[in-house]
Amino acid sequence: MGSPLRREEVAHVAKLARLSLSEDELELFTEQLGQVLEHANDMSSLDLKDVEPTAHPFGLINVVRDDVVRASLERNAVLSQAPDTQDDRFAVPRIMGEAP
Amino acid sequence: MTLPNGWEMVVGLEVHTELKTATKMFCGCANSFGAEANTNICPVCLGLPGALPVLNRRAVDLAMAIGMALHSTIAPSTFHRKNYFYPDMPKDFQISQYDLPINSGGYLDLPDGSRVSIERAHLEEDTGKSTHLGGSGRIHGADRSLVDYNRSGVPLVEIVSGPDIRSSAQARAYASELRAILIATSASDGRMEEGSMRIDANVSVRQRGEPFGTRCEIKNLNSLRSLQRAIDHEALRQVELIEEGGVVRQETRHWDENQGETSTMRTKEEAEDYRYFREPDLVDLAPDQQWQDRVRAAQPVLPAQRRRELVSRLVDATEAQLDAVGVVIDLNLEPFVHAAIDDGVEAPLAIARAANELAAGIDDIERLSQEAFSLTLQMEQRGELSATQAKSVLGELLSQGGDPGDIVRSKGFVQLSSDSLGATVEQLIEEHRDEWSRYCDGDDKLAQFFVGLVMKATKGQANGKSVIAELQSRR
Amino acid sequence: MKSAQQTALDVQGGTSSALEELERALSVVRERNDELNVFLHVDQDGARALASTIDERVARGEYVGPLAGVPIAIKDNLCQVGIPTTCSSRILEGWRPPYNATVIDRLITAGAVPIGKTNLDEFAMGSSTENSAFGPTRNPLDPTRVPGGSSGGSAAAVAADMTPISLGSDTGGSIRQPAALCGLIGMKPTYGLVSRYGLIAFASSLDQIGPFAKNAMDAALLLEVIAGHDPMDSTSLPEPSPSLATHVNSGVVGQRVGLVRELIEGADEDVESAVVRARSALEEAGAKVVELSIPEFRLGLSAYYLIAPAEASSNLARFDGVRYGNRVDAEDVTAMMEATRTAGFGAEVKRRIMLGTYALSAGYFDAYYGQALKVRTQMIAAFRRAYEQVDLLLGATTPSVAFEFGSKTSNPMSMYLSDVFTIPTNLAGEPAVSVPFGTGEAGLPIGVQLLGPARSEGRLFAAARVLEIADGRP
Repeated sequence: MGSPLRREEVAHVAKLARLSLSEDELELFTEQLGQVLEHANDMSSLDLKDVEPTAHPFGLINVVRDDVVRASLERNAVLSQAPDTQDDRFAVPRIMGEAP
Repeated sequence: MTLPNGWEMVVGLEVHTELKTATKMFCGCANSFGAEANTNICPVCLGLPGALPVLNRRAVDLAMAIGMALHSTIAPSTFHRKNYFYPDMPKDFQISQYDLPINSGGYLDLPDGSRVSIERAHLEEDTGKSTHLGGSGRIHGADRSLVDYNRSGVPLVEIVSGPDIRSSAQARAYASELRAILIATSASDGRMEEGSMRIDANVSVRQRGEPFGTRCEIKNLNSLRSLQRAIDHEALRQVELIEEGGVVRQETRHWDENQGETSTMRTKEEAEDYRYFREPDLVDLAPDQQWQDRVRAAQPVLPAQRRRELVSRLVDATEAQLDAVGVVIDLNLEPFVHAAIDDGVEAPLAIARAANELAAGIDDIERLSQEAFSLTLQMEQRGELSATQAKSVLGELLSQGGDPGDIVRSKGFVQLSSDSLGATVEQLIEEHRDEWSRYCDGDDKLAQFFVGLVMKATKGQANGKSVIAELQSRR
Repeated sequence: MKSAQQTALDVQGGTSSALEELERALSVVRERNDELNVFLHVDQDGARALASTIDERVARGEYVGPLAGVPIAIKDNLCQVGIPTTCSSRILEGWRPPYNATVIDRLITAGAVPIGKTNLDEFAMGSSTENSAFGPTRNPLDPTRVPGGSSGGSAAAVAADMTPISLGSDTGGSIRQPAALCGLIGMKPTYGLVSRYGLIAFASSLDQIGPFAKNAMDAALLLEVIAGHDPMDSTSLPEPSPSLATHVNSGVVGQRVGLVRELIEGADEDVESAVVRARSALEEAGAKVVELSIPEFRLGLSAYYLIAPAEASSNLARFDGVRYGNRVDAEDVTAMMEATRTAGFGAEVKRRIMLGTYALSAGYFDAYYGQALKVRTQMIAAFRRAYEQVDLLLGATTPSVAFEFGSKTSNPMSMYLSDVFTIPTNLAGEPAVSVPFGTGEAGLPIGVQLLGPARSEGRLFAAARVLEIADGRP
């Protein structure tokens, strides 16, 4: 922790997040994100090896529902909100590769 | 297939099975195959902003049933998000189990006596389905794709085996045994052609006794046949590559059933960074003893046990008979077979008729009583019906229902009197003197020749055994 | 302005009508919305239809509900059937949800009349409502200043007397901070008390919906209506809605209150002195106040600004131009998604998505996100230790009164620092309320913050009421 963020890392992250950044934005984000990470250095000095992480504030378990069918949405109500449709399906430009 | 020059393949399988629940994994939309596009969708499975998942209890029951059948340990588990962008995945992340799966460890014993270890069997959700327009209709070269989210959010269990499989035949046997278990536990319908069971194979090769080689993951294996072919092809490709001085790269490869070969889909360098983290919209899953006991109490007798029982009624079962037993087990046809055997029908006949004629009419099986099945086979065994006639009666029973005796009468399947059969045999012997004398000299193969002639002359109404009896009495 | 409680009594009692109350609200909206930019959408027709139905039911002698005929403003990150819901983002412009958030259903069942959707920082990311794609909201008390954020529009609706109550959401202070800056009471309830179903997620493990009001009783009434188990939200607490209004006047006699050093550290002098006066007011009302230090609070900001963006980066992935919202066309689907997201999201949203994606990515997960989750554990433990000694905690809500437009936009970190006092409770999942107490610089209101353990909303409202009385409010 604490290593200053590199511009290439920011570019890589933008790609992962499906955002395209201009050169100026790259520059700015590298600096601004670096500041936040630098602030986060106050955590890095802590020895928390034996501390369990908390992802949920409360420890609820086994929240389940019965396997009972409920009404689905009306198809046209949903498709009418879509940017592009065809044959009752959501249409997208060509997909470049198989799903991972 | 065996690999040349001391090479050995090392295979592990990842089997995805859709669970046969009434509703999807995290919402109340119907889980049904073949519905009109985008009719089983709601805010949750469509990933609409603000929607939240709630876990289906039945999906957990079935996941545990699978785990129990595989001798897994059921442990407290969590859900994670696997993040990647893809149009058939409405939230652009998949909810899956990651470091803490519901089932871990276990094994599956195969009919040949070998044992394959199970690493884990975890819950996750399915994606929607894309169709591709333009080009060849495949993803490559298409202009545009259309997405149907009916399958999005259907519950899946992914069963990951250890790298214990050493041949494509063993891989096939593993997949087939696993499929039988999924069907028996009602976890899945096991229909590979409908995509409800999908297999990825991790394949590597090594010289016997050496450490594991670099593996490739083969995707798109949609049938047991392609599983076996793809593994053989991939193992050979790797052997040839290494023998030519090349190096196997870790990558994901796509099996092309038509070309009969695998090709690179994605290299390790191109692998996604999935950024797994705990799904904050779901809580931990830790089925208590009571819940587990309830599932365990509902466990059926497993296919291996049922197979043992059925095979025990055969003497020195042939490969074909073992296959037939498999079909009988998959389709839950044992009650018919056992009833017929108990009535004195020979086991091979009962199993064969169930695995062929009953399997072909499985959708109408409710029309057929065990008694009608047994009666028909008894008539065949006594020589009152030919095989062709018996099959036809079974077909009629399945399509129309009714009583076997009535069907036999209405179809005019009156047994040929032994006088008229004798006359036919006499006439045919006259017409084929050469063959007859060779038969009389001990060439037993010619019996089938005469049976064939008689069948042709009687349009299949003669009973094969009776014909042979007639031949032998004249020899 | 008439309270929500009084409005409901008048409507139910027939001395006023839902339509009359609605028209009064709509006339204030018409008068001031152009100037303040509070509402992004006003559902005049839907609200009128709802109000008429309520009046008909009253005429038939039916009991309508605890919020009969009360106009209410809704933060525009809550889904309402057929009503444009934007999260103040271009990417969702024009989207009309086909379903209601659970809180909307509950409001309508209780007789409330949602009149429209209020402005916010895009996807609730911000502390000033300057990050809205549809322009900033102005503080009704001083239009040259921000109303706070991210629920700035919902705070301004009540502060401008458009509606007596409104709904906001609070992930790191997004209700309490604008409540403080607009002179209102605003509560972030216990995590899981209010269903999140239909709340467009920012950070799922931190988000809670909560009330804005001019007094504790109205806030309690509203929270009672929206709280309680919802089977559509797996993280919803299993119990039904607690009774809160009955606790509002129970006072603080015998309550032990901890004044937390870290919750005034770095605050402006006027804010600090308000907190000190609040301490005296509580003591005079019979509470016993001690001073405490909870050093873990200093780590809250760092943990929060990794956890919240990490969850957000995943929650906001779905805005990809495939199923709803805006799309920017491109040659292939990946380019389309990238173009859509690049054009659709504002700078702050991109910044947080980037930060969160980075924190979760291979090689950095343990150092950033993993470490933040452990700090969260420490934070929860620190709260638990504090509540072994005291019943409530006291501090400031924000370091300063409402600030001027543009004063913090150039440096994200300075904006993030305005959440420093509100973040700890979100990390712990516990409730906290901001109560207006006195004024500071330029006569602007100051908010003091009361914090309590899980499910202590009743106790918090009682203490808030004590401060209201001490501050000379009715």
